[in-house]
Amino acid sequence: MNFYPFISEILQIGIVLSIAPAFAGWVRMVKCWFQGRTSPSLFQPYRDIRKLFAKDVVLAENASWIFRFTPYLVFGTTVLAGGIIPMLTTDLPLSAAADVIVLVALFAIARFFTALAGMDIGTAFGGMGSSREMTIASLAEPAMLMAIFTISLAARSTSLSQIVQVMYSGQSVLRPSIAFAFLAFVLISLAETGRIPVDNPATHLELTMIHEAMILEYSGRHLALIEWAGMMKLTLFMALGAVLFFPWGIDVSGSASGGVFAFFFLLLKLAASGVILVLIETGLAKMRLFRLTEFLGSAFLMATLGMLSFFILE
Amino acid sequence: MNLHIAAQINSFLAALVLLTAFGMLTQKRIYGLIHLFAWQGLFLSLNTAVVGFVAGKHHLYISSVLTLSLKVVLLPYILHVLINRLRIRKEVETVVNIPMTMMIGIALVIFSYHLTAPIRELSTLITRSTLAIALATVMIGLLMMITRRHAVTQIIGFLALENGLFFAATSATYGMPLVVELGVALDVLIAAFIFGIFFFHIHTAFDSLDVEQMAKLKESD
Amino acid sequence: MTLNPMNLAGGAISLLLAMAVLALFLHRNQRLLNTLGFIAAAAASLAATAAGVWVVGGNGTSRAVMSIGLPDLPFHLRLDPLAGFFMTVVGLLAFIVSIYSIGYVKGIMRQRPITRLVIFYALFLAGMFMVIIADDALFFLVSWEIMAAASYFLVLFEDERVENRRAAYLYIVVAHVGAIAILLSFGVMSGLATGFEGFHGFTFDAMRQAQFPAAWATAAFLLALFGFGAKAGVIPLHVWLPEAHPVAPSNVSALMSGVMLKTAIYGMVRVTFDLIRVFPWWWGTIVLVLGLISAVMGVLYALMQHDLKRLLAYHSVENIGIILIGIGLAMIFRSFDFPLLAALALTAGLYHTLNHAIFKGLLFMGAGSVLHATHERNMDEMGGLIHHMPWTAALFLVGCIAISGLPPFNGFVSEWLTFQAFLLSPSLPSPLMKLLIPMGAALLALTAALAAACFVKAFGVTFLGHWRGHNNPHIHEADWCMMLGMIMAAALCLVFGILPTLVIDWMDNVPEQLVGTRMGTTAGAFGWMWLTPVARERASYSGPLVFLVTLSVIVIAYLLLHVRAGSIKRVPLWDCGFEKVTARMQYTSAAFSMPIRRIFGFLFSIREQVKLNPAAAHRTVPGRMQYTLRIRDRFWGWLYRPIIDISFWMSRRVGRLQQGRIQAYLIYSFVTIIVLLIFMR
Repeated sequence: MNFYPFISEILQIGIVLSIAPAFAGWVRMVKCWFQGRTSPSLFQPYRDIRKLFAKDVVLAENASWIFRFTPYLVFGTTVLAGGIIPMLTTDLPLSAAADVIVLVALFAIARFFTALAGMDIGTAFGGMGSSREMTIASLAEPAMLMAIFTISLAARSTSLSQIVQVMYSGQSVLRPSIAFAFLAFVLISLAETGRIPVDNPATHLELTMIHEAMILEYSGRHLALIEWAGMMKLTLFMALGAVLFFPWGIDVSGSASGGVFAFFFLLLKLAASGVILVLIETGLAKMRLFRLTEFLGSAFLMATLGMLSFFILE
Repeated sequence: MNLHIAAQINSFLAALVLLTAFGMLTQKRIYGLIHLFAWQGLFLSLNTAVVGFVAGKHHLYISSVLTLSLKVVLLPYILHVLINRLRIRKEVETVVNIPMTMMIGIALVIFSYHLTAPIRELSTLITRSTLAIALATVMIGLLMMITRRHAVTQIIGFLALENGLFFAATSATYGMPLVVELGVALDVLIAAFIFGIFFFHIHTAFDSLDVEQMAKLKESD
Repeated sequence: MTLNPMNLAGGAISLLLAMAVLALFLHRNQRLLNTLGFIAAAAASLAATAAGVWVVGGNGTSRAVMSIGLPDLPFHLRLDPLAGFFMTVVGLLAFIVSIYSIGYVKGIMRQRPITRLVIFYALFLAGMFMVIIADDALFFLVSWEIMAAASYFLVLFEDERVENRRAAYLYIVVAHVGAIAILLSFGVMSGLATGFEGFHGFTFDAMRQAQFPAAWATAAFLLALFGFGAKAGVIPLHVWLPEAHPVAPSNVSALMSGVMLKTAIYGMVRVTFDLIRVFPWWWGTIVLVLGLISAVMGVLYALMQHDLKRLLAYHSVENIGIILIGIGLAMIFRSFDFPLLAALALTAGLYHTLNHAIFKGLLFMGAGSVLHATHERNMDEMGGLIHHMPWTAALFLVGCIAISGLPPFNGFVSEWLTFQAFLLSPSLPSPLMKLLIPMGAALLALTAALAAACFVKAFGVTFLGHWRGHNNPHIHEADWCMMLGMIMAAALCLVFGILPTLVIDWMDNVPEQLVGTRMGTTAGAFGWMWLTPVARERASYSGPLVFLVTLSVIVIAYLLLHVRAGSIKRVPLWDCGFEKVTARMQYTSAAFSMPIRRIFGFLFSIREQVKLNPAAAHRTVPGRMQYTLRIRDRFWGWLYRPIIDISFWMSRRVGRLQQGRIQAYLIYSFVTIIVLLIFMR
């Protein structure tokens, strides 16, 4: 039996686990450079997570088992998502277990439990975070689905490895439908990962918190797991965009050297996407909550235009 | 360049024209509107040049340059001057809210696709699929005129409508005869001047360019 | 008597009818009545489930004719795969709810006698089974009426309250309007089957053989859609659902939401796919559009509720919408002659029927436990119940996750299949369809996300946080019968979610009967672990793998971290250092849904009022604040009010005939005689 796919699967999960904090550090570094500040080291997030793992857990008296279970669930689903997206090679065994709709659903169940954990302690902060997060998610879902629909029209499949293979071997460079889907995907990733202009990941002001408000009461190893999962989610969304829309460099032959090349290309693409993310974040301001309907509505519009141009122009 | 790449560039530019049309529909700032209009003109002139190259109709080059000078340079400049002179507020007011206008826009695109389906069967030109986009741009221009309250933005809607008609001419029959094109361009320029004069009149009469104010001109109340 | 499915089903129905009669005699001994009645119901349901599973798995169609009924119009019975499937759905949930009822009704027994409950419960179940097994219009309508009447009396069980009586009245009126439409539809079909001569067209077999001209077929279809839609709770005929389901006892609500609505779906599928058989594409489009509207409006209404059972009732409207989406897509694919895609869409719709029955039953059973313990239906008075009722909370959570369509439970599988059916729509030849159906997919995604938001709200406000009420009731966990019922339903949710290939393999005979193709060959092509609806490259989902990988990562992480055995300190909550936190500062259900209410509020008529009575001291110092929020269904104003007003106006006009004076009545008779004499010479 060919063991190579299983090895590459485990390797990929290991890589996602290890480079996610570095990616978060890289984004922070570039943002500081743009803003003219001195940045912390690239490896600071590793130290933060290690520190959190070493600390004790302090729980509120009325925290239930859901509060304690949520960090593990969020971590588990994010790791599984890391194993589904084909980043190094298209021959990924777990990729056949879940297609892109299942990927969206995995992030959805992580969000569901985080929102429940937010409501568990019984403070106003948690309720506020949960309420806003679920609203934004419900606005982002139609846009996300329409973008997936557009991509699956071109690839005739919803299986991620199949989509990547079709994109890789497609000759057409200028396809309006894919370009529109990419724009929609950028807007949606900003909403899903909680970056500016949807949510400020570095804020601690009550009125501007969404994700932070839900995890406000966490401490110790629980908080470490949630922070790590958050960094992995950001990395995965950037990697998903890079791999679906710019798949060159990925290994389709199944050889070890191809895998190594693919890894370097992946790092390069992640670095570039980090810079683009910082450009967007620095250039825009955080929007009011009720302005987000227009923001996510334009994402839906882009995705729909992509779908329409597929039928009209291609 | 061969036909296939030209068709792809054509489709891509058509998609960009539609994107700018939607952008104008949802844009809230007047300067943004003017810039988007300029971009739309740019994409249109590029598209005309490409189609002229592929189809071998050299008069399309002249139309392309005409569009470039008129719609990308001259008209935006005139509008800029107008807005500065009239000291208009930089925000756009709409009748219906923005997500609703987006939905109506999408419905119009689907409708125009459905309408131009028979032509797509029969036409032999490489630009046949962009006719639906052109018709959609016309209708979106009209929608812009309906859902805006400000006179300057209504004229931008009118100009966007004219853009769509020009685009439709290119897609359906590889452009109109040069004489017609020159005539239409001159008409648009004159229309812009006349609009400018009317704006001054309206502004002095009502002290604002909000077209809802013109409802005061009714006989009965 | 041989053991075949028909006999099993017949035995189940007879047992239920016998129990209904026997209950009259056991009025003295309430405890025996409770136990015996519901055990009999459970046994009958189990027999019916076995019959259903047998028929669907084995693909035999059994028929029977009973000479009860009018002379020359006997009752025809038929158990084919479609009927078997719905028999399984109804029987399975009825079995679980009957076990649950043994514990639940014990609580009701203390307040009032339960004889009525047991009698009408048995009749209700019998009526539903008879509807499914009926093979002619007369028997169908008789069973339909038995079902409707029994459920009316069940809804009216606590009849001392005015709003319960009004809810039951609304329910029976809408049910009868629907029944008239169904009767007319059957009338059209049976008339055409015999050319409007003779009575033997009333059997379904005769209708199957008949060829309907297009206009009459459309009339029959629209009437059936109206009639069954009124029973299913499709918008705009849904107004009775959120009134009737909450006021009934919770086990009855579970059955009504879980399986009574499905009999309406059964009727629709039977009429369209089995009796009419040949239809144009726009029928499917109507069903799809109605499904989409019901789904989106249903979940938005649910988000506005603060009564737990009303919220669940509105969610039934939403899920019926999702089922109709699947069936509408199947009809569209069928009319364009794509049998495999039609089978996929139909499987998605029917699978969701099964799933919804189980998880809605679970949710209503959980709500019943909460009601049983706290005597409260208003979520805003509850909170923190997870500490007092841990098992109920965990099982209710399973139901919440399942209904939000999240893995690894069953709701996700049927929504995934529906999305796959949507994604196959580019194969359709009509360009308009190709562009409009993806919009429907986006609306379904919106519905799923809003449902998740609604259930975070429902679970969070009810079970998590602190107790929001004023008094401190003694809250106890549900007793073991109720627990057993809920555990069974939760286990089924998990099994149907992880092993979808088995379920699809089993139910494959149903699409084969209705559209002529099986799906199981492609769906299970890679073994029992992989669900590949059309082709492996197209899409694949492995329920077991997703569940196992996630579980193993969680277990590994937990073990690795627990090895260090760091201590967990319990302290008062932090809340950013804000000390004076009270239980009233938590989010209520209206607060949670506020952003969604702002965004989607234009679909309702909402009036929000804040009245501030300033304290005497100063204008800026707030005194008492009064907040009113009134949300009304627009359909009342547009559709129902005018119809009610017109019918009252007409009846007032007609009422003038009743003069009260004897001369007037004599004149009526006199005029009638003269008219008859003129025309009947």
